Amino acid sequence: MTFGFAQFARGATTVAALLIASQLQVHAQQSSVVSIKNFDFAPMTLTVKAGTAVTWKNFDGEPHTVTSLDGLFRSGALDTDETYTFRFDRQGIYKYVCSIHPRMTAMIIVK
Amino acid sequence: MPDISRRNTLACMAFGGAGTLFALSGGVLSSIDLVFAADNRDAAARLGTPFFVQISDTHIGFAKDANPDVKGSLAKSVELINGLPMQPDFIIHTGDISHLSRPAEFDTAQQLLSGLKSSELHTVPGEHDVADANQSEYFQRFGGASNNRGYYSFDHRGVHLIALINVMNFKPAGLGILGEEQLKWLEDDLSAHSSSTPIVVFAHMPLWSIYEPWGWGTGDADRGMALLRRFGSVTVLNGHIHQIVRKIEGNITFHTARSTAYPQPAPGIGPGPGPLTVPSAQLASMLGITSVSIMRDQTAAKLSDVTLI
Repeated sequence: MTFGFAQFARGATTVAALLIASQLQVHAQQSSVVSIKNFDFAPMTLTVKAGTAVTWKNFDGEPHTVTSLDGLFRSGALDTDETYTFRFDRQGIYKYVCSIHPRMTAMIIVK
Repeated sequence: MPDISRRNTLACMAFGGAGTLFALSGGVLSSIDLVFAADNRDAAARLGTPFFVQISDTHIGFAKDANPDVKGSLAKSVELINGLPMQPDFIIHTGDISHLSRPAEFDTAQQLLSGLKSSELHTVPGEHDVADANQSEYFQRFGGASNNRGYYSFDHRGVHLIALINVMNFKPAGLGILGEEQLKWLEDDLSAHSSSTPIVVFAHMPLWSIYEPWGWGTGDADRGMALLRRFGSVTVLNGHIHQIVRKIEGNITFHTARSTAYPQPAPGIGPGPGPLTVPSAQLASMLGITSVSIMRDQTAAKLSDVTLI
């Protein structure tokens, strides 16, 4: 029982530490939005810092997807007004398309 | 049952609105567009024994202004097919069964399609059917025919039918793609057939370039068509663009079917290939299915229209 409690206490401390850490991380993060409108991603090139969560929102009456060419992220179909968020933790250039309308191309540059 | 050989005719009837019925007459395709207007059903009746019916772009799950009741218009299409004087041997669905690749949409579509008297259904996916993140929902339900590859072939009454997939592995800014593996398979598949075998090819996206800026074409379709050129009669059936466009090139006849769900703009009109909202009174005349029938002693192409109204 005592052992159990000690373990719980240790666990609770860890959880608290993680919570603080993640809150700090949240404050450090940026968020950015890409609009999907009239069969285009806007902006077509978005530059963000590592750790940024990018949210896409579809404003068209037609569904679209956010599908990375290297398979890293795939939103699935987004209907009108639906959103999809992906956090970019590593630097790089991430090209993506709408898999339903592949002429729609864009990229996220993570610095 | 009349004596029907491939030297005779394969008839295809086109329901514009309700569908398209095609006829291959002595190797020449004829098609009759049928819309759902009751007074045009006689046109369907005159076409003889239906061979198969093409349904396309049912987009179950769509519920916007362009057609708030896509379930209703699919149900109406099913009713129209069931009302044909003779039932088609089978049904093909050329993709965009669902709108968003969601399980409930496929469930509804399958439930409605199960109302067809003709119970044999052959499908190919549209890009809307593989828009789920894992691209698995379509294949779980319809992948059996193709071992989950998406392409397969079968024979019926002396006609060789080939189902192709061109809605995956898109290249950026690109058109539909068949890909090396499928083209190799197609070459092998065709090598077993004599040039006198009538061929029907069906795929979702047009296998010819209709309007490239909207992706209305298949980048490597020419390589597939080159393999088909030696055949005396080739019929290529597609969907995707929600309107009828036809082209005849040598022995190959290309035809795109209407959608049962909603029309799309003519190529290049507006910002992109989205739903086209038309006055509700006009809608039914722009929705349809396609049916193919076998006819005897038919040598000239026939064209007529019937709609959903």
